[in-house]
Amino acid sequence: MGEPILEFYGLRKEFGGVVAVDRLDFVVDRDTVTSVIGPNGAGKTTIFNMVTGFLPPTSGRIVFKNRDINACKQHVIASLGICRTFQSVQIFSEMTVIENVMVGRHLRSKTGLILSCILPPVMRPEEKKIREDARHWLRFVGLDASADILAGSLPLGNQRMLEIARALATEPKLLLLDEPASGLNTRETIAMGELIGNIRALGVTVVLVEHDMELVMGISDHVAVLNFGMLIAEGTPAQIQENPDVITAYLGE
Amino acid sequence: MQGKDYIGFSVFVIFMLALPHWISNDYYLGVLVFTAFNCMACVGLCLLMGYAGQISLGHGAFVAIGAYAAGILTTHLGWSPWLAMGAGVLAAVFIALVIGVPSLRLKGHYLAMATLGFASIVHIVSVAAIDITNGPAGIIDIPRIKLFGFALDSDIRYYYFVWIIFAVGLFFAINLVKSRVGRGLRAIHGSEDAASAVGVNITRYKIQIFILSAVYAAVSGSLYAYYVNYIDPGPFDIMYSVLLVTMVAVGGLHSLWGAVAGGILLSLLPELLSMAADTFAGVGIAYKPDYDTIVYGGILLFIMLFMPEGLFGGISTLGSLVFKAIARMAGRRYPSG
Ligand SMILES: Nc1ncnc2c1ncn2[C@@H]1O[C@H](COP(=O)(O)OP(=O)(O)OP(=O)(O)O)[C@@H](O)[C@H]1O
Ligand SMILES: [Mg+2]
Repeated sequence: MGEPILEFYGLRKEFGGVVAVDRLDFVVDRDTVTSVIGPNGAGKTTIFNMVTGFLPPTSGRIVFKNRDINACKQHVIASLGICRTFQSVQIFSEMTVIENVMVGRHLRSKTGLILSCILPPVMRPEEKKIREDARHWLRFVGLDASADILAGSLPLGNQRMLEIARALATEPKLLLLDEPASGLNTRETIAMGELIGNIRALGVTVVLVEHDMELVMGISDHVAVLNFGMLIAEGTPAQIQENPDVITAYLGE
Repeated sequence: MQGKDYIGFSVFVIFMLALPHWISNDYYLGVLVFTAFNCMACVGLCLLMGYAGQISLGHGAFVAIGAYAAGILTTHLGWSPWLAMGAGVLAAVFIALVIGVPSLRLKGHYLAMATLGFASIVHIVSVAAIDITNGPAGIIDIPRIKLFGFALDSDIRYYYFVWIIFAVGLFFAINLVKSRVGRGLRAIHGSEDAASAVGVNITRYKIQIFILSAVYAAVSGSLYAYYVNYIDPGPFDIMYSVLLVTMVAVGGLHSLWGAVAGGILLSLLPELLSMAADTFAGVGIAYKPDYDTIVYGGILLFIMLFMPEGLFGGISTLGSLVFKAIARMAGRRYPSG
């Protein structure tokens, strides 16, 4: 057993009458790729929303690196080293590709309002550093050729890559990817798989929510299966593929 | 790409400083001095509306705070004009903090309501607190401001003074929107969720920008007081706040240049209308200044309906359409391959 980075204890989320996540006890180990799978509406995105401070849990605890993060705001969570992408891509479409990633450097730079006003950007060394770092992450995902075009004009596959570059620019310890391969073609999905491997090689723990089973089974160290908000199985990809409960959950829906 | 705004800025500043060579009439210089006051407040308001996505319906009240701080502290307490202006700015910062912190923590347009309420309070106080503000009679004999011991006592001197201060304000605003903070603000505009997920503290930025916009307004108000040497509650009513919002919206919310253009245009409009009135009078139609409000309202309505990006955005869309059309024609003439 590795060292835990993210732990859930009795996590529960209700929306009015709907219980989206129920009695979730689960541990994500450091330096792994852990996948969360389950049918539509199983509660996968809701878990991400609770971890990143977008939604408060109804009850239960979320622990990151031995610290309770239940009550933290989104930007505080990001500063602790957790970053995410979104199921429906969220990029800053009116900004250029490189500017998108530069926003990702926000936490790693500090020029405040007053200094920003007084000196033009060209006169501040930090600005140059931000740009260079952003370029590094664009290169990492293979988007440096598109650095200066508007992010909104990128094809979907590249927008997903850009979202990941922006998240990586925050230098997270834990990266949550919500269906990064949805809407991608086979070639792009393979590239996404390679990218996730490269991210793990950086020492970033990845939690992946994904419907593409080939991708999930190919890349994960550990897989958790969710159905109607509850954890119904967990284990290695091989164990999960043979689990009868999982097979019924998927075939039965 | 990066330098475009700075080139525009230099051209604009040189043009404004050269303008008195063609316009030496004191009346028109005065109109242009007032234009600078409005533009100053507009630039701050544009940062708030176009970049932080919030509306202040009481910005005129911050202008009033700056003006009254200047008027009261120099006449009642004999402070130097510069010091009084500084105090006005501090007061604006403090008030913006008090209004901004509770209302900007919530999602939605609470700030608009809070500032509207604040503006009516300021107006009532300026009318009723006769001991301090001298009520409707106003404060007279506000001293002129001096620059390095050099009295700014003519229209032409004041013209250069305010436009240089405005240029500094505009320069700061341009720097800001290009900076880390400005990127954070544009990111919030693009997607609040994504911005906060990468660590942008949305509430804090909105509060900071609101405070900054209040500072621009207060400086504008103090400069106004030192120019006219007399203040009363009249110019700072709710209509003035609405006018400022109109100026920014007319020019185009998301561009500082739009705010400057809107500020200039609507400041000069009464002059243009009165010229037009003279012409109309010649053909027997009486145009009264009372109609100005209708004209302003009509302009705002027209822009909002037909040019939601504002004049500046509308013109640049038009420009790029023309450019594309030309490119297409050129492309047809020289087929590729
Ligand atoms: N903000 C919300 N308000 C109300 N109900 C919600 C909200 N978010 C999610 N739900 C409900 O919670 C349940 C779980 O939704 P969630 O988005 O977490 O599912 P998911 O596993 O991510 O599904 P998918 O694979 O379709 O993305 C669903 O029934 C959904 O309708
Ligand atoms: Mg989902």
